[in-house]
Amino acid sequence: MKAFAELYTRLDATTSSNAKLAAMREYFEQAAPQDAAWAVYFLSGGRPRQLVPTRVLREQAMTLANLPEWLFEESYQAVGDLAETLSLLLPQAEHNNDEGLAVWLEDKLLPLRGLPPEELAERLPMFWSQLDRSSLMVCIKLITGSFRVGVSKLLVTRALAALADIDSKRVAQRLVGYTDLSHRPSAEGYLKLIAAESEDEHAQRGGQPYPFFLAHSLQQPVDQFEALLGSAENWQVEWKWDGIRAQLVKREGRLWIWSRGEELVTDRFPELHSLVQCLPDGTVIDGEIVVWKAPETPPDSDAEFVLDSDAPTAAPSVQPFALLQQRIGRKTLGKKILADVPVVVLAYDLLEWEGHDWRSRPQHERRTQLEILLQQSQNDVLMPSPVIDGKDWADLATQREASRSLGVEGMMLKARDSLYGVGRTKDMGVWWKWKIDPFSVDAVLIYAQRGHGRRASLYSDYTFAVWDGPPESSERTLVPFAKAYSGLTDEEMRKVDAIVRKTTVEKFGPVSSVTPTLVFELGFEGIALSKRHKSGIAVRFPRMLRWRQDKPVAEADSLATLQDLLR
Amino acid sequence: MDLVIARPEGLYCPPGDFYIDPWRPVERSVITHAHGDHARTGNEHYLSAASGEGILRSRLGQDINLQTLEYGETITHHGVKLSLHPAGHVLGSAQVRLEYKGEIWVASGDYKVEPDGTCAAFEPVRCHTFITESTFGLPIYRWAPQSQIFEGINDWWRNNAAQGKASVLFAYSFGKAQRILHGIDSQIGPILVHGAVEPLNRVYREGGIRIPETQYAGDFKKTDPALRQALILAPPSAGGSSWMKRFGEYSDAFASGWMMLRGTRRRRGVDRGFVLSDHADWPGLLWAIEQTGAERVMVTHGSVAVLVRYLRELGLDAQGFSTEYGDEEDSTPSATSVETGQAPEAQS
Repeated sequence: MKAFAELYTRLDATTSSNAKLAAMREYFEQAAPQDAAWAVYFLSGGRPRQLVPTRVLREQAMTLANLPEWLFEESYQAVGDLAETLSLLLPQAEHNNDEGLAVWLEDKLLPLRGLPPEELAERLPMFWSQLDRSSLMVCIKLITGSFRVGVSKLLVTRALAALADIDSKRVAQRLVGYTDLSHRPSAEGYLKLIAAESEDEHAQRGGQPYPFFLAHSLQQPVDQFEALLGSAENWQVEWKWDGIRAQLVKREGRLWIWSRGEELVTDRFPELHSLVQCLPDGTVIDGEIVVWKAPETPPDSDAEFVLDSDAPTAAPSVQPFALLQQRIGRKTLGKKILADVPVVVLAYDLLEWEGHDWRSRPQHERRTQLEILLQQSQNDVLMPSPVIDGKDWADLATQREASRSLGVEGMMLKARDSLYGVGRTKDMGVWWKWKIDPFSVDAVLIYAQRGHGRRASLYSDYTFAVWDGPPESSERTLVPFAKAYSGLTDEEMRKVDAIVRKTTVEKFGPVSSVTPTLVFELGFEGIALSKRHKSGIAVRFPRMLRWRQDKPVAEADSLATLQDLLR
Repeated sequence: MDLVIARPEGLYCPPGDFYIDPWRPVERSVITHAHGDHARTGNEHYLSAASGEGILRSRLGQDINLQTLEYGETITHHGVKLSLHPAGHVLGSAQVRLEYKGEIWVASGDYKVEPDGTCAAFEPVRCHTFITESTFGLPIYRWAPQSQIFEGINDWWRNNAAQGKASVLFAYSFGKAQRILHGIDSQIGPILVHGAVEPLNRVYREGGIRIPETQYAGDFKKTDPALRQALILAPPSAGGSSWMKRFGEYSDAFASGWMMLRGTRRRRGVDRGFVLSDHADWPGLLWAIEQTGAERVMVTHGSVAVLVRYLRELGLDAQGFSTEYGDEEDSTPSATSVETGQAPEAQS
């Protein structure tokens, strides 16, 4: 645990990729394989479910530190991180424990799950008293499932590849699914990650998916596309769907569905299980899971996406991500939700065919074979993501204007001769996401809360409101509709922080209400009606686009502006 | 009767008709210490501890009308008996003891309870009412013994020197910088200081405090091999400025009590944070308050609401005093991350 905590401290202290690589390498070189196995798991984003309820952790800490609850809360608000707060409040360790990460996880921490509070009250203080401050913080983060440190999976891959002296793409391939909850890190598994490459590696795959190829965002104006990308005919253009990116793996008579986060999500989508009969063994498809059905209220005639132009007006179409979100969080999927929120896969790539890895074949070849396969498979839950024809970039730009009404985020541009790369690489060909501009409104900051992590103690999390009436209405008030945390520079955030402190009216626990003085342009990706919000509206991915220091509060937008966007 | 009340000009003693650390110009002021938020220009008359005279004059002007007292020495003004007692914060820092008609009040100014060798150590003074600061008034703030921190700084410096990297340590130029210089192992390599630090070193040396030999950083060329082994002390405002360019490859660190928190450390964007403060930590505040025997406690700048509530729960008569010392409540951690601006020299 100590060595891992030291690694955490080193990774946390630097922003340099090279320093992080060096730190990981040094750790892996000296770590026992069973410890390294768990380190890889956590560093690449693995998170076991919370082992001990937060309430129990807090109560234990308050008891041990002899603090009243309100003072614990004040401390937590200042620190902005539960594990760190606990590590600062708990008595200093009396003993020192040298046991490795695997022993800590397997023998001590994982068995805590589901224990009665009395038992936890005995074990937790015993564990905590053996750890120095940084080990204690890391240990609690492992318990709460909130371990996070600034390394990407790609960086972990590179560290392991350098250590093992093999191609990092090979490591990336082996690492896919490593962090899924069904997987228990082991010394054996770790040694396989860094083993020399073998001939029969493909055959051993089971349900293993491929690393997802990720797109880069394209922000240049369309008149530069010709110069930047060449002729539009060399590109395969599709809609950018707003769903869950997924790989369907069909091998050995079984179907596995993996999400972009490399989680196994097969159980979450029972309506897709019939695909096991339609896809031949040795097939891997990349695509997007979306909600697909006839809209509940008939939209305007131009506001629907129709695959077949002859279809009736209420033809099924892709539905907002908000609907999909309703079923993602559910533990059990009842009949009603399956009927109300049915999904399909819009397939856009073929990664494996007849048991062969097709990723190094060009895009157009993969697409052709994908279409043949989809025709043969004859299953309504698997459809092609249509290719959009355009005579040039300008024509495509015009078509792209329909994105909003079609319920898509813009377009994807995939070079026809591009291979299927690993992660966000560009050396094997490129995918661009050409997204439409976000919705935006000018909103007023009315509540602020102190942030977490790097923003601890800074008022960095804000609630925004719009007016519920036009400027001429004397009775109008500000109605909150969105929270946003990102988009400001550190410098701007410090200024806002200072203003919040000066203009605080009232404090409700960690939240301060302020005299409305600040206007921000808020951007968001989607907007939907919502019964849960006071404003009646929910927006997706809200963030601050810019601080409108030029705009007085009275000139901020109103609910009517938001309602217009709904159409 | 209240011997100290808050007025727009500062903390005021009505029977004595003088102010303690006023933030607006007044006729008579008693200065607890020379940090900028406590000692301001424009007062007609100043009273401070004798050991603080050099610093006070160097900061406010040689010609200020200043009277000094040795620690423990008493004067009487309008019937108020006044004496100054060590606060352990920086050189010349004092608590102000006031006695009038049998009532005793002590105003702490800023204080630290761990002795550090660069100023007279904090002495608890018995009183009926104690005016305390609360900069680090949360239980998350518990300082490690300073010897551990200096060990940490030594190791970091040694390690950098071994790799041929300069070691740039940011610390407030008055108090913190001299405490570091006094505490570290000066044998590791040359010690260079920023122009804001050196004048204060001089005053400390003149006050008989052991400060190792320092050189002015501006005198070194970028190619000078001495830089590869050097420790450079600079005020936080030098961070990110062009002044830093001369050091070539360096590791940087920040010494402050706020470095206790990972968030502040990361916002500061330095390689290392050393938790070293000139203020009392949470146990230190509680110990000092307990030692005064005061039943009434007035809490100024810092975590006022928290400390007041906690003391009330202990059965003391506590209340907040609104002052213009430090920053507003709990904004000081973010003030430490101001990279270009005038970070208040007094904080942390």
